[in-house]
Amino acid sequence: MKSTDQTRIHKALAEATFEAYKSAVIRLPPDVLRVIEQAAAAETNPVARGEFANILQNITMAGKLGVPMCQDTGVPVIYLTIPPDVPLTQELYNAVAEGVRRATKEVPLRPNVVDPITRHNTNDNTGLGMPAIHVKPGEKFTVTVLPKGAGAENMSRIGMLLPSQVGQIEKFVVETVYLAGSRPCPPIVIGVGIGGTFDGAAALAKEALLQPLDQMTEYERGILASVNRLGIGPMGLGGDTTALAVKVKTAGCHTASLPVAVNIQCWANRHATVEVKR
Amino acid sequence: MTPKPVQLRTPLGEEVLALNAGDHVELSGLVYTARDEAHLRMQKEGIPFDPKGAVIYHCGPVIQDKRVVAAGPTTSARMNELSGFLIDKGVRALIGKGGMGTRVLGQLKNKGVYLAFTGGCAALAADRMSLKGVFFEVLGMAEAVWVIELDRLPLVVGIDSHGNDIFGEVSKHAEAEFGRYRKS
Repeated sequence: MKSTDQTRIHKALAEATFEAYKSAVIRLPPDVLRVIEQAAAAETNPVARGEFANILQNITMAGKLGVPMCQDTGVPVIYLTIPPDVPLTQELYNAVAEGVRRATKEVPLRPNVVDPITRHNTNDNTGLGMPAIHVKPGEKFTVTVLPKGAGAENMSRIGMLLPSQVGQIEKFVVETVYLAGSRPCPPIVIGVGIGGTFDGAAALAKEALLQPLDQMTEYERGILASVNRLGIGPMGLGGDTTALAVKVKTAGCHTASLPVAVNIQCWANRHATVEVKR
Repeated sequence: MTPKPVQLRTPLGEEVLALNAGDHVELSGLVYTARDEAHLRMQKEGIPFDPKGAVIYHCGPVIQDKRVVAAGPTTSARMNELSGFLIDKGVRALIGKGGMGTRVLGQLKNKGVYLAFTGGCAALAADRMSLKGVFFEVLGMAEAVWVIELDRLPLVVGIDSHGNDIFGEVSKHAEAEFGRYRKS
């Protein structure tokens, strides 16, 4: 590939990252909006119904005004799908960071990324290893932005369970939600990664948040029902809806291991995918 | 359906004593944002506004060109040990998310209420707000005390002045429910 082609591709990737980030913080994906609307309609607790009314009105206002739906515009978690003819280079990573910097200035986003020890804020939402970029091969060239806020991320947990504790996975998820209480801004979305390795389970849990929320397996529905029996409800004010959905992703693991990761997401399960135009 | 919200306007008076946990209210008038740093500063240097009937909003807003861009609530529990002096000086309501501890529950008795605002609802909040002024701007955007005028902000009474606390009740229920797993 010629270098002018490369430059064009990097520009297009930066642009697509900007567009995906902007779209993600302003508008929820249709499946997420659908599960919120369904839960709002089914909710019987009057206080919880009021919380849902505020959430739905907030979503409408964000779209109408073209502003972020929450002041915590998160940290950038990026998923890239790379077709066979696009070389995976450092420039590709730089292009994504460029898109993040532009989104920070122009949307605008709250600058959230700091050095973990000195707590120095870079003011552009990039830093060492940030944006967090995950790459996989594919047919289309796409970029997905999943802005992750701190309130919910901080309540996430990982457990190295024993192989004999497959039946305890549900308890671990319910316990995570119980310990979180009102803090992750429920009603939450729960991504569960089961298997793989210590780090792999956490990655699976986050990827699970990208799957369609209105299609759940019987296993996922079972966990969701147990979580909702806690009665924490929207914002911890009580109600039928503590969680909107549970999504599980699995991977093969060591015969002596059972890693389980629970990634908590607030009601604003924000993510957007944009195809890179080249 | 949700019953019609009670209309409140600042400065608040004894009308807040009639409110019960779970009541929906719409608040209009001036509120003062304050997070951890602002509370510490006010404890040391005094409250820069008339606290009588005033309302404190636990919020670190995004302000751009003297406009409120985004202003959802922050976690109130961080102010659990910092709110007593405000209530003593006449503050009638605290707004935030997630509820507050038993100490604040006691401090609000026969004096004021805790009003919960829906977390993450920054766009809705900004739509109902206009900026009127600022104190302690040196603390930075998130920690300064911003004077904001509300136009019918939709809230729910989380803690009333009679000692009822929705968050406390909900926690007790969740604990009992999770207790079933502990035995298994």
